[in-house]
Amino acid sequence: MTTEIAENQALIEQTVRDFAERYIRPHIREWDEAQHFPAEVFHKLGELGLMGVLVPVEYGGAGLGYREYVAAIVELSKVDPSIGLSMAAHNSLCTNHILMFGNEDQKRQYLPKLASGEWIGAWGLTEPNTGSDAGNMRTVAVRDGDHWVLNGSKNFITHGKSGNVAVVITRTGEPGDKHGSTAFIVERGTPGFSAGKKEDKLGMRASETAELIFQDCRISDSQRLGEVGDGFIQSLKILDGGRISIAALGVGTALGAYEAALAYSKERKQFGQPISSFQGIAFKLADMYTDLQASTLLTFDAADRKDRGEKVSLASSVAKYHSSETAVRVANDAVQIFGGYGFIKDYPAEKFYRDSKLCTIGEGTSEIQKLVISRDILRD
Amino acid sequence: MKILVCITNVPDTTAKITFAESDTKLNKTGIQFIIGPYDDYALARAVELKEQNGGTVTVLNVGEAEGEPQIRKALAIGADDAIRVNAEPTDSYFVASQIAHIAQQNNYDLILMGRESIDFNSGVVHGLVGEMLGIPSFSPVMKLDIEGSTAKFAREIDGGKEYMEAPLPLVFGCQEPIADWKIPNMRGIMTARTKPLQVVEPVAVDDMAINEKYTQPAAKGECKMIPVEDVEKLVTLLRTEAKVL
Ligand SMILES: Cc1cc2nc3c(=O)[nH]c(=O)nc-3n(C[C@H](O)[C@H](O)[C@H](O)COP(=O)(O)OP(=O)(O)OC[C@H]3O[C@@H](n4cnc5c(N)ncnc54)[C@H](O)[C@@H]3O)c2cc1C
Ligand SMILES: Cc1cc2nc3c(=O)[nH]c(=O)nc-3n(C[C@H](O)[C@H](O)[C@H](O)COP(=O)(O)OP(=O)(O)OC[C@H]3O[C@@H](n4cnc5c(N)ncnc54)[C@H](O)[C@@H]3O)c2cc1C
Repeated sequence: MTTEIAENQALIEQTVRDFAERYIRPHIREWDEAQHFPAEVFHKLGELGLMGVLVPVEYGGAGLGYREYVAAIVELSKVDPSIGLSMAAHNSLCTNHILMFGNEDQKRQYLPKLASGEWIGAWGLTEPNTGSDAGNMRTVAVRDGDHWVLNGSKNFITHGKSGNVAVVITRTGEPGDKHGSTAFIVERGTPGFSAGKKEDKLGMRASETAELIFQDCRISDSQRLGEVGDGFIQSLKILDGGRISIAALGVGTALGAYEAALAYSKERKQFGQPISSFQGIAFKLADMYTDLQASTLLTFDAADRKDRGEKVSLASSVAKYHSSETAVRVANDAVQIFGGYGFIKDYPAEKFYRDSKLCTIGEGTSEIQKLVISRDILRD
Repeated sequence: MKILVCITNVPDTTAKITFAESDTKLNKTGIQFIIGPYDDYALARAVELKEQNGGTVTVLNVGEAEGEPQIRKALAIGADDAIRVNAEPTDSYFVASQIAHIAQQNNYDLILMGRESIDFNSGVVHGLVGEMLGIPSFSPVMKLDIEGSTAKFAREIDGGKEYMEAPLPLVFGCQEPIADWKIPNMRGIMTARTKPLQVVEPVAVDDMAINEKYTQPAAKGECKMIPVEDVEKLVTLLRTEAKVL
């Protein structure tokens, strides 16, 4: 890494830290309890350039790479993982899909609004009956002259209600056929397109998760992203990058839990001494730190590979798998180190514990990551 | 309008302070450095004034190369260029002399500083610089507007605020709520690299002060809990032990 990159990264980290301390930390509990999605925070993140981190400057973005993107997600997630999740979904799923597969008109029309945070983006692949098996999606798009008619629903979609625009993957061919699906851009307000219920979740409660419903939703062919039949393949490519951002989310979540536990272990006294002086606690901290170091290195390694233009399916799955499991384990240990206080909402460990679990599920469960990894390493 | 903002490179307010070399130096290992918080207010107001009235903002630090990340941050926030006087700033007089020397060569309309540094906290550099340049200086200033070649500003005084007007050029020591701290955006961070940062050697100045030794403040005693019923005991302790009554 050159000093220039290191210095920029350090400044980005400091910037995001300052932002999170000022605009996020004071509200964490309130947003979590009310399950409030703070749209205004994302508009502000847009002013900083964090809603279009990977988008080139000519389309109104920050024009940065994955290393800087990862650094920003880690810092946000350290304070509130649900904000990190929403920022990641907006950037690497919706915005990046339009950036990678949109034509010039689509990029000019949507990227400046998304990158400035004026618009919030959603990305719909998952359906009630097809999650890990997304290739079998049921939502259909049928061609009608210069238009397409969409029917079906997508669930568990981040920003399903508040998103101003959604990228939606639909079936346009046979179920299960890799070339049987197509992606479209659908704007909020399009007749036949509505939001269903907002989910009441275990964690990541400030990140909105809701259903997208399509009932004879007619959209112009100009809203199609790339070629007919390429939707699912595009999604897999989007997820290759997206998984790096969820790996960063895992690192940030684990780091937040670890730092809280480390500080608490030095302050809390039992039997006349800080609990950190008991080997049972000190060794736990050593394990947490070691896992976290490994996850961090894997995540930045995947980011650097992506920045160098290498194929990253394997590296991003490895990073995502390792960091999500680390996040869950570290958050679990943090609760244990806090003892009874770890179970109480006045202390930070409890929320990291709930939030961390999403990491092993979203953008491909840990089992699916193992599937991707094992297929890759077993391939002749 | 040409504005000069003087920034210090100081330990983060939450840093744990320890000393090295037989307590004659700050132990810098593991310490995160920041732009002095009062200087950050001065910088924020300078950038706002530039946005309103046009002109340029130059940041100046008297310090060693390790402070450059903070200078880059100031450029990312919106300053146009920067000067670093390459020296270990040993005392307020030395620092003020360097600032005055730079100012003499550049004709700034406004020189903004923090009300005080947060490491040595002397709160004197602005006064010294004003004196050396022969222009008025005011501190702590909490409100500042520019109309033409006149500054309208408010200064905190005992029990109230003092509203004043004075013709430019002027030196100010700033504090909140003169402006909200600014957080740089990503584009600012990237363009900061392309903005000029000039490193100049210091002018010779005699050392006026020598820091011989640093010590930590006495550790806080154990907190004593006194039940509500025992108000008398509390009063006695405040008299005899804490000696505050
Ligand atoms: C908060 C949140 C936000 C989300 N945001 C989005 C979004 O913005 N866009 C979007 O499209 N989706 C989103 N999702 C959906 C998410 O990607 C899916 O939940 C995830 O892919 C898993 O799918 P599923 O829930 O249907 O579980 P299932 O696929 O039903 O899996 C159930 C269990 O079976 C296991 N399993 C499945 N197949 C296999 C196999 N072949 N081998 C071994 N085990 C297997 C899984 O690992 C899991 O343990 C979000 C989910 C959540 C909770
Ligand atoms: C041994 C020693 C080592 C030091 N090492 C460093 C170092 O490596 N880097 C560093 O930046 N400082 C360093 N300092 C300087 C210190 O941070 C103060 O800047 C300096 O001592 C003046 O302090 P003061 O309390 O008199 O400032 P005050 O009078 O309280 O400061 C008022 C305002 O003057 C301006 N100002 C003060 N100092 C400077 C400065 N150095 N450059 C630009 N503007 C300034 C600021 O706007 C500040 O808010 C060192 C000081 C000592 C004694």
